[in-house]
Amino acid sequence: MTIPGAAQAARGGEDPAASSGYADHPPRMGFFTDTSVCIGCKACEVACKEWNSVPEDGIALTGMSYDNSVGLSADTWRHVAFIEQRKPVADGQDQFRWLMASDVCKHCTHAACLDVCPTGALFRTEFGTVVVQQDVCNGCGYCVPACPYGVIDRREDDGRVWKCTLCYDRLGAGMEPACAKACPTESIQFGPLDELRDRAAARVAQLQAVGVADARLYGEDPGDGVGGDGAFFLLLDEPEVYGLPPDPVVTTRDLPTMWRRVGAAAATLAAGAAAAFAVAALGGRR
Amino acid sequence: MSEAEVTREGLRGVRPGRDATPGTDTVQGTESGRRRRGRAGRRDRTGRRAEQPMVPPVEFASYYGKPILNAPVWRSPDIPGYLFLGGLAGGSSLMAAGAQLTARPGLARVSKAAAAGAICLGLAGLVADLGRPARLVNMLRVFKVTSPMSVGSWILSGYVPAAGAAAACALTGRLPRAGAAATAGAAVLAPGLASYTAALITDTAVPAWHDGHREMPFVFAGSAAMAAGGFGLLAAPPGESEPARNLALFGVATEAAAFERMTRRMGLAAETYRSGRAGAYIRAGQALSVLGASGALLGRAGGRRGRAISALGGASLMAASAATRWGIFHAGLASARDPKYTVVPQREQRKARQQEPAGTRERAAT
Repeated sequence: MTIPGAAQAARGGEDPAASSGYADHPPRMGFFTDTSVCIGCKACEVACKEWNSVPEDGIALTGMSYDNSVGLSADTWRHVAFIEQRKPVADGQDQFRWLMASDVCKHCTHAACLDVCPTGALFRTEFGTVVVQQDVCNGCGYCVPACPYGVIDRREDDGRVWKCTLCYDRLGAGMEPACAKACPTESIQFGPLDELRDRAAARVAQLQAVGVADARLYGEDPGDGVGGDGAFFLLLDEPEVYGLPPDPVVTTRDLPTMWRRVGAAAATLAAGAAAAFAVAALGGRR
Repeated sequence: MSEAEVTREGLRGVRPGRDATPGTDTVQGTESGRRRRGRAGRRDRTGRRAEQPMVPPVEFASYYGKPILNAPVWRSPDIPGYLFLGGLAGGSSLMAAGAQLTARPGLARVSKAAAAGAICLGLAGLVADLGRPARLVNMLRVFKVTSPMSVGSWILSGYVPAAGAAAACALTGRLPRAGAAATAGAAVLAPGLASYTAALITDTAVPAWHDGHREMPFVFAGSAAMAAGGFGLLAAPPGESEPARNLALFGVATEAAAFERMTRRMGLAAETYRSGRAGAYIRAGQALSVLGASGALLGRAGGRRGRAISALGGASLMAASAATRWGIFHAGLASARDPKYTVVPQREQRKARQQEPAGTRERAAT
């Protein structure tokens, strides 16, 4: 099947590598994480740590089902969520179910972390992914609260920020990221984003056809608040159940308004100061 | 997947066996499982009835109550201190320039000293807060208008030398012309310095900050005027302090009006400005600014007593400005640490968008 280039671009949304100035670049690469086949083995967490030499992230037991890594952080770039649920079924009886989902950096089309980075340490790669240059980052921490997903974080003893690189080094050598390579059920699928979107649409249709009415895609829509994610998901419940924001928006979308308001406030302050002296002069004359 | 579960009542959820159709026994309905009652309408710590909720108590799902956002790694007192000191410096530079133009040497001198002192202290806090202070100069590696911190770094790189030179010339009495030029230069950058920090904090996903992005710059500009005016009242010779009094009162009015408007328009995250540590700071700031404004007004009478009242009023206004900055800082942290402030507004936003006709949405996306 061939899709004309223009139609492909329109369907796939903005091409972040091209807008970042790459004239000739490989297709945008990403993850499709199909949580309906995740078995919670955490092979992705381990593979990520091994390949990227990510340090230990705490060895305490949390009591949150099988999840002891809690969430994405500077030292956890893949995080498997475990949710134990009791759901009503057709005959009115509660049924126990377990949801498992491997979370990761979304490599947003409009990435807030990248926008707000004052040093240029965060950059867009030719694959359309977002990566930190560790020799440039000065640890200002601005990207941390800018991320609408709570992904990037500062490593305490190191002072710099860290997150998933989508294995930039492996991609450069034509290999797939360590987590996708290690996933035994192909819950984590790696490939060109267009292809993954097709595959995801087919999979969600298949699940709904067999009665899994709650199956939905998350982050695949180029019309969403971040312009679509480079790493998107198939979920079996609302996003917030997995600790994902229901409708994230890149904060810099409002930046033009912010700068206009800052300009107006600065002018108000200057005018107020001028008025303070003018009023004093008038009062003095009386 | 294991459907069977051992409970006190015995075995629950008998295995359907090999006849199970994939998925059919797993998912029914759309409501999610883990729910928590919201806190709206609860009694506050003092036992008084908290503000009447505008909406029914919020119900929402979360992942073990864990936050969705990673909270800012910025520390107190470094960052709220910088927000305050940057405002004090910016306001003081404006006052120094005005005092110089209107021949008020005493007010000019103390304002220049305040500007230089405040910005040096604030800068020290900023550097201390970096994860890698040795790489401070990387801030000037690029200029990015999408990063308020980058814009701020460039403002500071012009402002700090100018404010420093202005203060040095004023205190030593040397090179008066260069000092005047430096004063003017600092005053040009000062309004930007005092208000860019609002864009800095609101350009984040932190609900209590981002949702105030329209009004926060005016809160900060008002707070800066209040701090600088307060310092003028405290330190300038009484005969020259009239502009400081006016600037302080202008600041009090601007900050109060902008803050009120901000929290009114904000929605759910406005709660974080009323409760906990942030609420305590905000209430202290409001009380101090009323006290300070009264002092500034009463002190107008002059005389020894008037002077003392003015000075006390000035000190409370500075404290009020600082308390408000600390309050805003902590409200941001609180709103990032509770998933409620991320989930509930985003669900409403998504619902509103889905109800729009498709055409409107297409246009909004472009």
